[in-house]
Amino acid sequence: MIEFVDVALLILLGITAFSIIRQQNLFAAVMMMGIYSLLSAGLFVVMDAVDVAFTEAAVGAGISTILMLGTLALVGHNEHQPQHRPILPLFVVVLTGAILVYGTLDIPPFGDASNPAHHHVAPHYLEESEHEIGIPNVVTSILASYRGYDTLGETTVVFVALVGVLLLLSLGPRPRRIFSNGRWITVAADDEDPSEKGAGDARVDGVQAPDEVELLRDTDG
Amino acid sequence: MDDRVILRVGAKVLIPFILLFALYVQFHGDYGPGGGFQAGVIFAAGFVLYALIYGLGNVRRVLPPRAVYICSALGVLLYAGVGYVTMALGGEFLDYDVLAHDPEHGQHYGILLVELGVLITVFGVMVSVFYAVAGRRRLDT
Repeated sequence: MIEFVDVALLILLGITAFSIIRQQNLFAAVMMMGIYSLLSAGLFVVMDAVDVAFTEAAVGAGISTILMLGTLALVGHNEHQPQHRPILPLFVVVLTGAILVYGTLDIPPFGDASNPAHHHVAPHYLEESEHEIGIPNVVTSILASYRGYDTLGETTVVFVALVGVLLLLSLGPRPRRIFSNGRWITVAADDEDPSEKGAGDARVDGVQAPDEVELLRDTDG
Repeated sequence: MDDRVILRVGAKVLIPFILLFALYVQFHGDYGPGGGFQAGVIFAAGFVLYALIYGLGNVRRVLPPRAVYICSALGVLLYAGVGYVTMALGGEFLDYDVLAHDPEHGQHYGILLVELGVLITVFGVMVSVFYAVAGRRRLDT
């Protein structure tokens, strides 16, 4: 029965991945990627990795989709025609895939009790964490206590990623020159400015953008 | 915006439960799946839903960008701070045993605090990135 679920999920994953590649409409592609994440989460559940599945569903299918939609609102919904021939990228992708498949040949069989992963510190965590840490969920014990230093690093990575995003986006569009009332004026593209009308396509609007006249009057000072 | 009554009312009903569920995921992480990371994402999703239905301006009034930036840094500070406190109490960095008289209680407090740190940072980062992406204008306008 479990094999049937595995095979069904994997086939659906393959179909979804293939349709993402074939899809010219980026909006549909983003939706497909959400579905892809949800199917992956299903696979993780089948593998008893519920914490990972939870994260995949929340981040992959939830927040990522929203951020992608926000990006689509900025760049438009349709994929441009590629300006290069697909032969070289196809070759690189097939080669990388072949190397990855070759790499899996050395991986010990899934779920085998004699795997190295089950013989290092895992038995200690499973047997001792109940009275060393005192909480039933071993994943939380490992994450927050045994491997607390790693999790601190991960949290820092999340924070640093934000710093990177803000640095990149705060450069922003350059100030624009607008011709009005017979002369040129500069309209600053200020981030703190409440006229966020950019993401309108993704229904993140709702803020009343000040009309053009008011915008101009502001900058005229 | 005004004509989408079902979305507006539905979101208003759902958002408190989303936030509550995030807190459940956070504090039930010791007993079931979940933890700071997932809880932070779900908590952020509540505010993102609010932004999608009621507009970015409204959610920015509820939760100013400055506040979420501070959150992002605060969580990491809290996490690392727990490590320094355990050092000051005579243990090693992030060795929660010394936080209470009973090592097991110490572990409980330590895990609670660092998971809270993860929650605050992940929440702050997710909402900040959403603000940053959704707040930009189209380049070609």
